[in-house]
Amino acid sequence: MYFVDRVRQRLDDTELQRNLKRTRGRNAASRAAAVAAFTDFDAVRTRATEIRASVLRDLDIWLERFEQKAAETGATVLWARDGDEACRLIIDIARRHGVRTVVKSKSMVSEEAGLNAALEQAGIRPVETDLGEYILQINDNEAPSHIIMPVIHKSKEQVSELFARVHGTAPKTDIEDLTREAREKLRPEFLGADMGLSGGNFLIAETGSVAIVTNEGNGRLCTTMPRVHVALTGIEKVVPTLDDLSTLLRILPRSATGQAITNYVSLLTGPKQAGDPDGPEHMYFVLVDGGRADLLGGDFESMLRCIRCGACMNHCPVYQTVGGHSYGWVYPGPMGSVLTPLYQGLDQALDLPQAATLCNQCSVVCPVSIPLPELMRKLREKQVERGLRPWSERLGMRLWAWVAARPWLYAIGSRIAVRYLRWLAEGRDRIQVMGVAPGWTSQRDFPAPAERTFRDLYAAQRRGGRR
Amino acid sequence: MSSARDDILGALRCRTGRGPDNAAAACAHVERTILQPRSGPRPSMPEDLVALFVERAQAMISTVDLCPDPAQVPARCARWLREQGLPLDPVVAPSLADLDWRGAGLEVRIGAAGGGDRVGVTGCFRAIAETGTLMLCSGPDSPAVNSLLPETHVAVVPRAHIVADMEAAWQAARAELAVWPRAVNFVSGPSRTADIEQTIVLGAHGPYRVHLLIVG
Repeated sequence: MYFVDRVRQRLDDTELQRNLKRTRGRNAASRAAAVAAFTDFDAVRTRATEIRASVLRDLDIWLERFEQKAAETGATVLWARDGDEACRLIIDIARRHGVRTVVKSKSMVSEEAGLNAALEQAGIRPVETDLGEYILQINDNEAPSHIIMPVIHKSKEQVSELFARVHGTAPKTDIEDLTREAREKLRPEFLGADMGLSGGNFLIAETGSVAIVTNEGNGRLCTTMPRVHVALTGIEKVVPTLDDLSTLLRILPRSATGQAITNYVSLLTGPKQAGDPDGPEHMYFVLVDGGRADLLGGDFESMLRCIRCGACMNHCPVYQTVGGHSYGWVYPGPMGSVLTPLYQGLDQALDLPQAATLCNQCSVVCPVSIPLPELMRKLREKQVERGLRPWSERLGMRLWAWVAARPWLYAIGSRIAVRYLRWLAEGRDRIQVMGVAPGWTSQRDFPAPAERTFRDLYAAQRRGGRR
Repeated sequence: MSSARDDILGALRCRTGRGPDNAAAACAHVERTILQPRSGPRPSMPEDLVALFVERAQAMISTVDLCPDPAQVPARCARWLREQGLPLDPVVAPSLADLDWRGAGLEVRIGAAGGGDRVGVTGCFRAIAETGTLMLCSGPDSPAVNSLLPETHVAVVPRAHIVADMEAAWQAARAELAVWPRAVNFVSGPSRTADIEQTIVLGAHGPYRVHLLIVG
């Protein structure tokens, strides 16, 4: 299904529209307040951009350095060309250690890989523990609609109804009670699981560690209680040093939720050490390519700087209106409109690069200065080059080019168009219903053109000048 | 069949234009960057880091008590637990075993918290004024679970451990820790979630409350 068709469904979904409206603009306001309260924001943003760009320049070496250091700490680093390979590696690890249940903290790469379905098929039970992700899992494995607020599209009534149905408990209307109910359901899972799977916000080359940023504490539980910890993340997540991590941590939570820092930041380095009373006995890293290497050194390299804060979608007028599910894959909003065609194939996401007004707000708020509208424009160019645009558009463009290359024809055409539009405007300065394209004016007016075209005025001035 | 590692690194080398002529220089650059970590812009800090730490910690919904005399820590802890109507049987990190907890009327257990423990007590490696954050390093004497499993977390924060920012804390860790800890946890107040309708609820999966005793 195309983006436009999915959007039509979402716009007609009154419940979804009500839910989206409830939180619309809230994240943008929180971010704005956090940025205003932090005088160094622009300087930190510049440095954060530099850090991410510098790693990409020597990504091969940084990854090798990370791998070497992680191995020294006793962790095992595994590599996966794509999501399927990542799933196979994780299933192998689970079988090797006799794992039956995996507690998961949030990992977008696991969504990319379709890990939950793969685990289930292998007879291993995945349990999502981020509150939002848990809600989605028990709702028939629904997809997240936001990368950090996965159930932003749901109301508390919907969650209440779901919990009552799935848990067999009395319906609760208080959000605090709902949260407590999930806590009580999930606590035994943390204590009983054999494996914890986390994502990774950053990989630190200096120490061979993974850094995880959370508020709920489920990330800490997943990486502390089970016997095995697997950190699943993309190959682009390396940063050089702990100082660089500190810089990025000043900008990630502020951009995401407007927090100065998240409640928990965990730096995890290797398995349990001699004398340690807690921690996993085995630690693995699964580093996934999944289309990332192809972006390096090309037009879209800047996309690899992304630190997954969600600011672009929080500020996108299109995302805010249509919700995350309209984008069709795991990443929504402007970053999704760029990543989905790049990772899934240009022909698999035909209208995503068009799913934006190019208003540039996403690029203005991006903490690592990714020129998202420019990347979308480049994707559009690539679509045209590969002949992926609809025949009507291609024909229209050809016709336009043919007319525009013939000035006399263009002059006649524009004169006729001006007359037609002024006739439609009925003497006013706005056109309320566009005759040949009524859809254009269904939500707005179209300005009526001036009586004389630019060409006429220009010609008249030239004549006057000569006189 | 080539390995995934070789394929991925091979593709990256091709993309970064890596060759025998530039590999050594890039490796040297990487090592240099790690040996001489460069700080980014660090916010300027007031003279009184303790006051800033208290203010920021409270902003993250930690509660704070000042306890000038180290020997008074167990009594202050017991008083706060009583005031809050909380259980008086905390599990205390081995690093704080020397304090007279029983003398303050607390039925303490020294060690790592389990699923049944309701109050966990920890020290801290450093505390960060910029964000009101505790830096907890795991180890034999400082279990990570004590600040995680119980519903209440009490942390003892020596005044001298309060530093300006995370960079200063890393510098201390690099200099002082013989073995890099398995887990470094930065804790800023109680666990929370805003997943449902973006309404903040405390005590998502970790502690519902974090109480800081600033000592010295």
